[in-house]
Amino acid sequence: MNRTSHPILSMVVSRVGLGLLSLLIVSLVIFFSVSLLPGSYASAILGQNATPEAVAALETKLGLDRPALWRYLSWLGAAATGELGQSFAGRPVMAVLGPRLLNTITLASITAAIAVPLAITLGVICARFRGRFIDRFLSTSTLASISLPEFFVAYLMMMIFAVKLQWFPSMAGIRNSMDLGEQLYRMVLPILTLLLVILAHMIRNTRAAILSVMSSPYVEMARLKGESEGRVVMRQALPNAIGPIASVVALNLAYLISGVVVIEVVFVYPGVGQAMIDAVRNRDVPVIQACALIFATAYIGFNLLADIVSIVSNPRLLHPR
Amino acid sequence: MNKSHHLMMDDLVTRLRRGQLSRREFLARSSALLAAGAVVGLPGGLRAQEAAPKAGGFMRLGLHNASQNDNLDPGSWSTSWTGASFNGGVYNNLVEILPDGSVAGDLAESWEAEPGAKVWRFKLRSGVTFHNGKSLDAEDVRQSLEHHMKPDSTSGARAIVEQIETIEVEGSDTVRITLSEGNADLPYLLSDYHLSIYPALDGGGIDMESANGTGAFTLESFEPGIATRLKRNPNYHKNNKPYLDEVEFINITDATARLNALLTGEVDFIQDLDIRNVAMVERSGDFSVQRIPSLRHFTFDMDTRVAPFDNPDVRLALKHALDRDDVIEKVFLGEATKGNDNPVASIQKFHHELPARDYSVEKAREHLAKAGLDQVSVDLSVAENAFAGAIEAATLYQRHAAEAGITINIVQEAADGYWENVWRKKPFCAVDYFGRATVDWLFSTSYVTGAPWNSGWSNARFDELHQMARAETDEAKRMACYAEMQEILRDDGNVITVAFVSWRNAVSNRIGFGEVGGLMPLDNMRMCERWWVKD
Repeated sequence: MNRTSHPILSMVVSRVGLGLLSLLIVSLVIFFSVSLLPGSYASAILGQNATPEAVAALETKLGLDRPALWRYLSWLGAAATGELGQSFAGRPVMAVLGPRLLNTITLASITAAIAVPLAITLGVICARFRGRFIDRFLSTSTLASISLPEFFVAYLMMMIFAVKLQWFPSMAGIRNSMDLGEQLYRMVLPILTLLLVILAHMIRNTRAAILSVMSSPYVEMARLKGESEGRVVMRQALPNAIGPIASVVALNLAYLISGVVVIEVVFVYPGVGQAMIDAVRNRDVPVIQACALIFATAYIGFNLLADIVSIVSNPRLLHPR
Repeated sequence: MNKSHHLMMDDLVTRLRRGQLSRREFLARSSALLAAGAVVGLPGGLRAQEAAPKAGGFMRLGLHNASQNDNLDPGSWSTSWTGASFNGGVYNNLVEILPDGSVAGDLAESWEAEPGAKVWRFKLRSGVTFHNGKSLDAEDVRQSLEHHMKPDSTSGARAIVEQIETIEVEGSDTVRITLSEGNADLPYLLSDYHLSIYPALDGGGIDMESANGTGAFTLESFEPGIATRLKRNPNYHKNNKPYLDEVEFINITDATARLNALLTGEVDFIQDLDIRNVAMVERSGDFSVQRIPSLRHFTFDMDTRVAPFDNPDVRLALKHALDRDDVIEKVFLGEATKGNDNPVASIQKFHHELPARDYSVEKAREHLAKAGLDQVSVDLSVAENAFAGAIEAATLYQRHAAEAGITINIVQEAADGYWENVWRKKPFCAVDYFGRATVDWLFSTSYVTGAPWNSGWSNARFDELHQMARAETDEAKRMACYAEMQEILRDDGNVITVAFVSWRNAVSNRIGFGEVGGLMPLDNMRMCERWWVKD
């Protein structure tokens, strides 16, 4: 393939290849670390009914008496054809995770749709009015909200808005039987919590990326030409800061898919994170593997997008010498 | 209100909590006080509900052990969630356990055993129908029980149905069950929540797809690991029951989230209230703490195949060297009753009341001397999930035992895999037992020689009595056997029982209920047909 004529295509192909390789490694690590965990599905699920015979019968039924490598390869073979297999309880993994994944994606999309534009706007404002009150106020408050652990923010939101003011329900346990309005109403507190957690990170990074560009000679040049400060930020600095901003946005989007376990538990939100906890507790390996694949795909996918955005936005990267 | 009465009542309640008073004694003495004119606030679990049950209403329950793998195969159930929602809501057993712990007919109208308790006949109640209108017959019962008996069965009830040799249908309304050896407790065993009665399929097997049961409710919606919603079955076979129009089970794993859900009115009941939140719930006017005496008990188990635990005197020394009152006060904040090395709970039929085992340095030293030792050193394995407060209890035990010349080295094990790698593998470890509905069942799973969970303890007299009592249908003779067995366990056994705990729930005052059973969680899994909404 001619690198110079299709730089974007060749870059995407090589990145996707690397991404697939990372997925393979992730799945290998997850599979074998799960088998290192003490205890088995059979004894976890049988609980106080776990007599040795019952455990043995269940393990034979699930094929757990076969060698680990054989189990991994047969799982991998099926996964490669898009078949994630059956959970140990006999339901197809996609039936277990599908509705959960949809919930997670809904929560993530709504949060992202609010957070990304808001964070970039506020970051630009901070950079434009550097050192002024708005900048100092946002910098301090974002630093504070980054420093608080997310479960604390979640309980704080719950205490203020659910217990004291009683504006919103404390539980975001949405169900199919609820209409869209009620589902959204119940999602307010988790969304608010997630916003506080990710906004701070994105605002600070946007501000830093723009400010680092602001000290470049061409920005100086633009100022000398007499452009207004606002125009300098929007026209000269922002386009050149897109690369780093894209990577921090990607990181936060990936977090919204795979990192919100704690918030899901606190607000009883039925997402993938809770599903994974449930699966780990029961040592339900096919479901754990599928969750790991979903999370890894989200991370790799969003980072790939960020790379593409920063390369496309930077002609020097797009046409390397 | 008479103040001295009030103080006496408080004292009774305290003594009941500490285990210095049995529940029966408490009731006798407290009712004497009440008759004397005292009006007092009893703890939630014991409060009798004066108002009659009311029809209608919607009850929401915050439980915590639903799983995304939950399904309608009764053999796969292992949680109080599946037990209370499926077994207790949608299905019935042949028999049910009443709140007072006795066994009563449910789908079976009556039963009788041939002498020797080997052959049993259960006659079905007439006119019972499944939700789809099909009427219940003996074939449904046969297939439902045989579902758990297949050779490759992975059912949680496997240990129960293994005793069954054959099940035959006699006419459309009688089932004849033949056991491999006599067992007078068979009706109790058939109340196990796995043994729900499903409609039989034509070619054999049971219909596990359509949630078509005989139960008080129909399955309105079921989202595994999230929520289950039930709707009243208007054709239920019990008079007036169920009271509620609808019940929703909501899964809330996190204890704080569960408490918040109750306080903000999202649910009317939460299971397993955290011990630290008891005061908070009790202070509020809208909710009560419910404490239901249960079979669940916390122990330190000794492997009698390993020195020094092979010596009965060392075992007795260790039993005397634990100050249970101190542990209950400091670790369980008074929320437990004192154990006395008898694993049979006081609410259990055939419980034998034995004197409390008090902390005694002298007796501990005496038994050590009998074993020819003046000091002994043992490793005690614990983990945070061995039982709630296990590490703290072991630390106190270490102090208590040191006084008697016993050195306890606390080995803190990994919580993950504790039950696979520590329990029954390490010679001395902390254990959380849920108990078993019958004494026979408890003994056959944990105490007779070679029982699956027995850590090496073997007593010929105990085994002999176990065989005798099992097939004995004369209750007085059985009681005598079980009393002797409980004494053997206390004086020779391998288990130091620290305390018995109650099912501790928090419930909104808008919910009504009668006496609540504790042999199994959630009113013997039958709360949704027994409870009601008051307003």
